[in-house]
Amino acid sequence: MSRAGKTILFRALLIGPALMAITVFMIVPLALMAYISFRGRDYSGGVLWDQFTPEAYVRLFFERELDGTLALNFNYMAIILRSVWLSFLTMAISLAVGLPVAMFMATRNARWKAVLVFMVTLPFWTNLLVRNYAWILLLRDHGTINSVLLWLGVISEPLPLLHNSFAVAVGLTYSFLPFMVLPIYASLEKIDLRLVEASFDLYATRWQTIRRIILPLAFPGIVAGCVLVFVPALGAYITPELLGGGKTLMIGNLIGFQFGGARNWPFGAALGLFLLLLVLISLGLYARRYRGELEGSQ
Amino acid sequence: MIRNNRVGKHTAKLLVATAITLTAFGGSAMAEGELHLYNWTNYFAPELLERFEKETGTKVSVDNYASEEDLLAKLQAGGGGYDVIFPGSTTLGVMVEKGLLAKIDVNQMENFKNLLPAFTTMAGDEKREYSAPYMWGTTGFTYDPALVPGGKLEESWKELFEPKDELKGKIAMLNEMSDVWNAAAYYTGVSKCTEDPAEAQKILDVLMAQKPHVKLYSNDGTIDRMIAGEVAVHMQWNGAAHRVKEKKPDAVYVYPKEGTTFWTDVIAVPKDAPNMEAAKAFVNWMMSPEVAAIASNYTGYSNAVSGSGEFLKEDLRNDPAVNTPEEYNERLRAFEACSPASKDLREKVWTKLKS
Repeated sequence: MSRAGKTILFRALLIGPALMAITVFMIVPLALMAYISFRGRDYSGGVLWDQFTPEAYVRLFFERELDGTLALNFNYMAIILRSVWLSFLTMAISLAVGLPVAMFMATRNARWKAVLVFMVTLPFWTNLLVRNYAWILLLRDHGTINSVLLWLGVISEPLPLLHNSFAVAVGLTYSFLPFMVLPIYASLEKIDLRLVEASFDLYATRWQTIRRIILPLAFPGIVAGCVLVFVPALGAYITPELLGGGKTLMIGNLIGFQFGGARNWPFGAALGLFLLLLVLISLGLYARRYRGELEGSQ
Repeated sequence: MIRNNRVGKHTAKLLVATAITLTAFGGSAMAEGELHLYNWTNYFAPELLERFEKETGTKVSVDNYASEEDLLAKLQAGGGGYDVIFPGSTTLGVMVEKGLLAKIDVNQMENFKNLLPAFTTMAGDEKREYSAPYMWGTTGFTYDPALVPGGKLEESWKELFEPKDELKGKIAMLNEMSDVWNAAAYYTGVSKCTEDPAEAQKILDVLMAQKPHVKLYSNDGTIDRMIAGEVAVHMQWNGAAHRVKEKKPDAVYVYPKEGTTFWTDVIAVPKDAPNMEAAKAFVNWMMSPEVAAIASNYTGYSNAVSGSGEFLKEDLRNDPAVNTPEEYNERLRAFEACSPASKDLREKVWTKLKS
């Protein structure tokens, strides 16, 4: 075999396992999902494999009136918009909280850094379900926060902290905050601190230094953090279920309902694909908008 | 969710059940004069296995499944050598429709006369040709007298759907589409299998008007929530209500007068059961009062055999949440298999309620 041939074979062998994994665990299931979304619905749970219908997609935007005509349907859109809004809010709060934390971490000495990174990742050692239950204990009427406030006399009636969108936003922010802190920390850590000194030498104020030196250099981390928080928040299931009290569905719960109570697998599959589309669009927007900065940082 | 309550009930006895299963498989599993049951985990009293063997000489063994899908799949694949199975209402309908069950004419059996009238028929098996009732439970609501004005509520869904001012924000609903839909249908006087959008709208109106006053919709932690006093009124399954009362004896479980849904698990025989005669004898035997009572004592749920009350454990017998008083029988509403059109409406209402 020629030298070039060997190289190609070697490359194929190296890439092979990854390609196989992607095909088997991503492309095949996705194709199956797309296929099911165009099949008929079996009301006792399952799919009518021999029936082709775009009904699942029609259902997403329209509802059938009695006479069979289609009317616009805003129910599902409302749930999807709420998911996008709550995810955006989660992202914004995470950024506001996470950026200062990351800055603080990046400016400690090496030993402290290791301890702080460990502390940020610590919650991941506990199951997400358990952490959400912990928030229930904190937020409920007779929970820690209300008890303390009542005892201090700040309030006379328990605040309605649990079972609403506020609780969901708190829970989501808590769950995904490390995804914001870590990438920003990683990009801040690489900053040459002499640049900051130089900026002070040139009579820049603190605020100017942050705005003109630190933020632009941390930008790739910020973008990565925003994506890492926004995307999983969009598909959240446990948090809205537990902390939202079943009153505010997000798209993840809507999908779960289609495979459970509603027994509408094709529609569930269609919703899943729609969620994927939303994620791809938001990723595409990021990539387009920030291509320059991302490449510049390499 | 009902299943979870039930399965979790006797975790400690899991070992016993496993041991029995293992022993059964250790012996000659296919020998004559044996009976193989297939049931939920911890849903059959080991005491009854010995008792049946002593009375009839037929050795009984139990094998367990974790979901009704498992049961259905095994039966469709050829039975798996089981003589007696214990499906729920929905699965029973599918099995009868797909011809998976033996016609054992339960209605001709000697002990059929022992059944409570409400259980002599059932959607999917109207004439009781295929199945006998095993355990059943209800969906009503529980309240804590200490937290409601006057210490007493009417036995009506009104208390939940149009709560008094003092109770606003202190009520919780189950997060189960069919249970919530059924209750609202009884309350508005609409058929729960309605295909009329105008009637579905009535149900939606009731639920939407109620929503601001609902603290949460949830199937989990209903027992703890009542015990902790987080809510004053909770839509609840009767098994859970019984366990609230263990900690809070004053709590009241209400069978609303407009209608109270009940679910039923049945005893049935697969079409190709190896030991058909013993299986029939077993089904008949299960409808005798004392046997049914022993079964209930183990599962903590009600049976459908009249006269079984005197053999019940005291805490079950004395709890009207479990041992339904006769005067409430007419309030009980059975499972109905609704049309696809009706299911669509129900789903639409549920989605609108949650969007």
